[in-house]
Order: sequence, then C-alpha cells, then structure tokens
Amino acid sequence: MEHGSLQDPSRATFSFVDEDHTLANAVRFTLNQDPRVSFCGYSIPHPSDARVNIRVQTTGDPAREVLKDGCQNLMLMCHHVRSTFDKAVGDYRTNTTEMEND
Amino acid sequence: MSKQENKENKKFSIWDLPDVPMGQLPPHLQLQRTRVVCKADAPIHTDTVLYSGAYASMGIDNSLHLDSFRSNFKVEVIRLTKDDMEFDMIGIDAAIANAFRRILISELPTMAIEKVLIANNTSLIQDEVLSHRLGLIPINADPRLFEYLSANDTPNEKNTIVFKLHVHCKPGEPRCTVYSEELKWLPNGSEFIKESEKVDTKPSTYTSFSCSQNSLQNFSSNPISPTEDKIIIAKLGPGQEIELEAHAVKGMGKTHAKWSPVATAWYRMLPEVVLLEEVEDEIAEELKKKCPVKVFDIEDIGKGKKRATVARPRACTLCRECIRGGEEWEKRVALRRVKDHFIFTIESTGAMPPEVLFTEAVKILEDKCERVITELS
Ligand code: SF4
Repeated sequence: MEHGSLQDPSRATFSFVDEDHTLANAVRFTLNQDPRVSFCGYSIPHPSDARVNIRVQTTGDPAREVLKDGCQNLMLMCHHVRSTFDKAVGDYRTNTTEMEND
Repeated sequence: MSKQENKENKKFSIWDLPDVPMGQLPPHLQLQRTRVVCKADAPIHTDTVLYSGAYASMGIDNSLHLDSFRSNFKVEVIRLTKDDMEFDMIGIDAAIANAFRRILISELPTMAIEKVLIANNTSLIQDEVLSHRLGLIPINADPRLFEYLSANDTPNEKNTIVFKLHVHCKPGEPRCTVYSEELKWLPNGSEFIKESEKVDTKPSTYTSFSCSQNSLQNFSSNPISPTEDKIIIAKLGPGQEIELEAHAVKGMGKTHAKWSPVATAWYRMLPEVVLLEEVEDEIAEELKKKCPVKVFDIEDIGKGKKRATVARPRACTLCRECIRGGEEWEKRVALRRVKDHFIFTIESTGAMPPEVLFTEAVKILEDKCERVITELS
C-alpha cells in the first residue's frame, strides 16, 4: 500500500503487510545505493503488527518506480548469489571427489 | 587582474592538487568504510555506509552497480557435509547476508508434529509435555512436496503426515526407553476411528487420505521417519504404556521454532589481524603466548633475531587478549573485521541438506521482491 501525495510523487511511504526487517532492511540497502534516492528508511510501527513502513524520497523520479527498481535490483542480486553459490558447491563437490579418487 | 593571471587562474583546478584522491578514498576513510576496527574497549566503525552520495564531495560514487557486484561477488565452500556447511560469502552487504540468515531461521518451511491424539498415556511424562517433545523431533520429509494445512482444511495426504507410537513396558520387566525410531509412519493416514453421533454412517478416521502416501513416487523409495533414530521421547516404568498418533503438518519457524529447518544459521565477518610495527624477540614471544587460538607465529629473520607474524587470522575469536596490557599493545596490533566478507555456517536439522536450504532461502527473498513489484505495478 502506498501513502503519498498526488502533487508530489517523488516522496511516499509504502506499507508492506506480512514483512519484517528481512525484506525492509535489504530493500533499504539497495535503495540507498541508488543515486536517485535522497532518503530511504523503514520502521516497524508495532512489534505485534506484521507490518513495515518504508519511506522513500527521491530527487525527482516517482518513488514508486524507484522502489520497484530497488526490488528488481535486489532480485537480480539474489539471482546472482544463487547461481554463484550453486557453482561453488558444484566445484567443491568435484574437487572433493577428485581428491578421494587420487 | 592582468590577463596573464586570469589565464593561470582558469587553468588551475583544485582537482589537480596532489593531495586530492583520484577515484579513491583517502586511506582512513577507506578503512572506516570497509573495516570494523576493534579497540580494546569497543569496536568502532561498525555501520556500513549506505548512502550512494556519501562521498560525492570527493568525487567518489558509493552506489552499487549490478555489474560490479557481479564481478566482485564470490562464494567459497569451506566444508560441506550431510547436515552442516561452512562457506565464505565475499562482496555482499550485511543487510542482504542478514536477510538470508533470517529467512533460513524463520521463513523456510518444514514438517513438524503439530497435533497429537493420545489414546493412552500412563507414563510419568504428562500429555502436554510429551506432545511438546514430539513436536521438536525433526522429520525427514521434503516440505516442498506438501501443502499448508489451513484452519478449515481436512487433513489429507497432501498436507499431513501421520505417525503412530505404541509402546508398552511389560509388568515385571526393567524400565525401558522410548526412542524416536519407535514413531511409525502411517502412509494411509490415521487409524483412530472418530466417534460419530450418527450410527449408520461408515466409520471415519481423523484424516481423509484419498490414497496412500506410499504410492506417491517420492516416498516409496524413501520412507518418512524422524531424521534421528535415537532421540529419547520418554521412559516407561513396568506396566506403563503410551499409545498415540502424531500428525505432522507444514509450518514456518516464525510460528514455532520446531519448524525451523536449521539448528543454527550464523555468520561472522572475516577477522583481520595486522601488526602495526615490527614485533621482535621477547615481545614476539609474549604476543604469541597471549593468543589462546594461536593466531601468531614466530619466524627467524637471521642474526638470532625473531619476528612475530600473523599466521592464522581466520582463527581469531576477537577476544582482544593481544591488545590488553597497556597502550603499547594497542599500538602494536590492530584487530579488524572485513565488512563484506562473511563466514557463513548453516547447520541443518536433517530434513534438507544445507546447500539446498541456502538456495531455497535466496529464492524466498527473490519471491518477496517479486511480490512487492507486482503489488506496485
Ligand atoms: S583477539 Fe584474541 S584470538 Fe584474536 S589475535 Fe588477539 S588474542 Fe588472538
């Protein structure tokens, strides 16, 4: 859910249900690394409410698009992490079986 | 101002001054950005510099580019066994490494015993304590093959695993121990008959399986059981008996820790131990003796002189013993941690191998991002 103003799409607060620090902190990281973002932070209004608010302020672009790009970036990073990890595990396996065979 | 002076002024730019760093942070800022420095009293520079424009005034871009991430990110597997693994993850921020850790602990589903139907329990251990103990037994079943059981679903072969436990210690015999291996899997579902008010209906059980789980291809070759055989469930005295049925369902660690697929998942940053000055002779010996995990070694540099070297920085536990004993020690040794190098350890409870757990965790983070993207579109 987005809470923003109609006049100025460059600043908005997004409220995610059923999410916590796991996603919010990771997204905050990718957003802060984006040069279009002038401010980004998150808060969990109440610990027993499964909800997190992410505030995004940009230098002009619509906050919604920038947030989407942030998530997209995070997703691509995850994808790369996964393929690198799988490759590393594969390498480890071939190396250890080679050593056993020697 | 004469014309010539003006021309000189124009040519002059402060970026040409020799002390302006070109594309590189000055060493003290670089240290602050990439290392946690552990002082004798407390660590400093523990946070990561997030903002992309943090060093803009120095002409340095702190933003993250996918391409550079892709070329810098590395994974090295150190140890990989059936249920535990250690690997180095290099070139990633703590925010994301921590997301993986949190997902591993609390958002990866597994199967665990949730409902226990007790027909008879004359043992010393109370029903509720017994049920709790049963819940914590890890079960060797791939949760990806099951569905969640929601409140108004009937338990069926796709969302429930049924175990039976019937043990009896005969009167006159010595006390016996009930182990997890005595939990017998019932691929056809519950065997307990439900009492119904209508007499004419045909007897129903507590589950409604439409087929045997045994016939599902994945389980016929690999029957479901607790991952460990020798977990003690209870002890029975002569004449005591336990008869029960345990229903395992799919769940997540954030609901209850029994559904957590890992015993632990944790990381530490790579320690970096640096000798700031030459440490020689007696002091070298003293330094070597100070460290309980033998980080330092001594090498001969000829002429009867000895010098301390940092041989095994990875073993450092950051106990800070080596910088205790006065100012002079803090001047000799610097203890640091590399902020983007994580030594990740995953200990699985046995339901899934650790490398699968990690890839699943990464996938979950991807799914979360995707959900946000579709919600915003
Ligand atoms: S901090 Fe402790 S473990 Fe690390 S080098 Fe110093 S004495 Fe050794």
